[in-house]
Amino acid sequence: MASQYTVAHQRSATGIPTSKLALWWLLCSEIVIFGGVLASYLMFRLTHPEWSFDASHTNTMAGSINTFVLLTSSLFAVLAHHAAEMKDGPKAARYLMMTFGGGLLFLIIKGFEWSFEISHGYTITASRFWSFYYTAAGIHASHVIAGMIIMLWVANTARKGKDLHRVENVGLYWHFVDLVWIFLFPLLYIAK
Amino acid sequence: MSEAAVHPDGHEHDHHDHEMTFVEKWIFPLDHKYIGKQYLFTGMVMALFGGFLAYAFRMQLAWPGTDIPLFGHMSPAEYNAAVTNHGTIMIFWVAMPVLIAAFGNFLIPLMVGADDMVFPRLNRLSYQVFLLSAIVIVASLFVPGGGFGGAWTAYPPLSAVAAYNLTPQGSTMWLLAVALEFIAFLIGGINFITTAMNSRAPGMTWEKVPMVVWMICIASILFMASVGPLMAGAVMLLFDQTIGTGFFDPARGGDPILWQHLFWFFGHPEVYVVLLPATGMVAEIVPTFARKKLFGYKTVLFTAIGTGVLSFFVWAHHQFIAGIDPRMANVFTITTVLISIPIAEMMFLYIATLYGGSIRFTTPMLWALGFIFAFLIGGVTGIPLGASGADIYFHDSYFVIAHFHFTFFPIAFIGTFAGLTYWYPKMFGRMMNETLGKIHFWGTMISFHCLFIPMFVLGLAGQHRRIYDFTNFPELGVPFLQDIRVFCTSALLVLLAFQFVFLYNFIVSMFRGEKASENPWNANTLEWATPSPPGHGNFKEFPNVYRGPYEYSVPDRESDFWPQHHPA
Repeated sequence: MASQYTVAHQRSATGIPTSKLALWWLLCSEIVIFGGVLASYLMFRLTHPEWSFDASHTNTMAGSINTFVLLTSSLFAVLAHHAAEMKDGPKAARYLMMTFGGGLLFLIIKGFEWSFEISHGYTITASRFWSFYYTAAGIHASHVIAGMIIMLWVANTARKGKDLHRVENVGLYWHFVDLVWIFLFPLLYIAK
Repeated sequence: MSEAAVHPDGHEHDHHDHEMTFVEKWIFPLDHKYIGKQYLFTGMVMALFGGFLAYAFRMQLAWPGTDIPLFGHMSPAEYNAAVTNHGTIMIFWVAMPVLIAAFGNFLIPLMVGADDMVFPRLNRLSYQVFLLSAIVIVASLFVPGGGFGGAWTAYPPLSAVAAYNLTPQGSTMWLLAVALEFIAFLIGGINFITTAMNSRAPGMTWEKVPMVVWMICIASILFMASVGPLMAGAVMLLFDQTIGTGFFDPARGGDPILWQHLFWFFGHPEVYVVLLPATGMVAEIVPTFARKKLFGYKTVLFTAIGTGVLSFFVWAHHQFIAGIDPRMANVFTITTVLISIPIAEMMFLYIATLYGGSIRFTTPMLWALGFIFAFLIGGVTGIPLGASGADIYFHDSYFVIAHFHFTFFPIAFIGTFAGLTYWYPKMFGRMMNETLGKIHFWGTMISFHCLFIPMFVLGLAGQHRRIYDFTNFPELGVPFLQDIRVFCTSALLVLLAFQFVFLYNFIVSMFRGEKASENPWNANTLEWATPSPPGHGNFKEFPNVYRGPYEYSVPDRESDFWPQHHPA
């Protein structure tokens, strides 16, 4: 093919770049997936006050540190976007790798947290609270992993100065992943 | 714009067409038209499979316990698996891929005047995920223990615990296949919406977009907005089945009603996800063959959007006898009755388009009119079901079955036949045989009505929908009701037989049909500005759009149509 992109892709009748428009639609579909999990969880929590006993066994400190880690990684995603706007591909790639590092640290902390909880008998089948705890955070973690893989790929092309618009898109996705955690953290950890 | 770089001269598209090998066209295509055809052919194969399941269980109902030709003796477990997978396959692997994916893929880039989808590789991935899901659902019927038999709604705890459903592998594979299918359509839907929003030809403002493109986009947005909670529910149900979490199992503190909410929050908008593309195709066909402007373009559009919004507030009418709060039942009765207003309005607008037109009864037009006729019966019979008082009696009876099929059969088959016969010349470059088309139309319409109208009677007589052998029940096994069952099954056999007329016409016309011109129906929309069939890249020169899609019989013009891309 003569061009990497179709004519359809290069047009922009709405004025929004095609890839960014598609990403917003992807995020819309993700919002309702997490919305379904959280709405189900909330319906249970409101009618089962005894779940707060289970919730009191979550590690709020680990959750807080992870919130801080994710928010910091989102800051690097913003800095990467800024570098991409300045057409500085290598710098954008470096910042994306720092965001990637934040995601990795988040997963490591989560790994220790979960191993500790599982070893103390708080497994996914221990109670309905723990079922939601692992399912909701697990779906979130799978999004963290997906975002990290895409970020490696985008960082690789950005380093060569190509397709810099992708830096903003992967950043948008990462902010969404971050935002979901901002909902999960109080609902799963703080509400006792 | 870099269009010139992609198409430096007018012959570029021929050049591309010759470059495409068999593998590029049919095995790993990037071209939207071939991906659309892949969806179409896969959907047709699945329709035959789903039809075979219907044949098998209808034979069991008419002549219980006898050996069924091509199937053999049917056990109760096999009966349950057959009805469950008939429903699942016809909705998720026939209606969805054909109405949204096949027509969406084929039509959207052509009708908005673009060369392809915005993301061709994502488009191919969507089909591949879909094909995988189709293989998984068919394979699930042949694993040890048999296919899942808990109905297409998969209510827990029956679906959640293997000790209850006795199909440990079948139910998990069923769930996986449905989840994969959702992912395929989420990917495809993002592609459709983005293409229609961003890739429109210069001059195609929102009120100049052909109605079917609008409808497929609204349907994709409805799907995207409604399927999320069910995706979450599917993960939870999968964990219930495999690791024993018990989200939906009351024995372990779970709530089975929660699944019903998650399922029907998706399940009701899903009706409109498949309905809207079908009505969109009717909106293209009726003006073309009435030679008259679509009556109330904006009103049609707003009724579609209104229906879409309302469809998120009616789901609990499926749960009136599930033990929900009666006050909630009141609310959902009102919203359910309300939703019939916009869709009835839409049907009236189509009828108003016919008024005073110079109507041509071609095969596609017959199908479009047949759609309006049959769907109105489907809509009207929904009102007693939507009223919670009446539904307490009708719930889970054959009245529901008849109503459901009077909505879904017009959508998935009558609407599809309208679209297929209309766009066939563009898809395959040849005309279908009109005589065979009309034989197929009348045979299908008459046998369809003979098949489902008697089921309203069976439902009123109190016949429950999930019974394997009615002769075991003294009140239901009486000769009068059994005769109706035999009549229904006979009508189904006739209905199935007539589909072979269509298949013959469809396949033979592909090779022997009369060559189609660029614009055999004298229609206005942009796809008719391309060669039949369009080559890779679609347009020799990318069109500009000057007017709306339905400018037929404009006074003081020589021809009775005015294509969108012709300068004034």
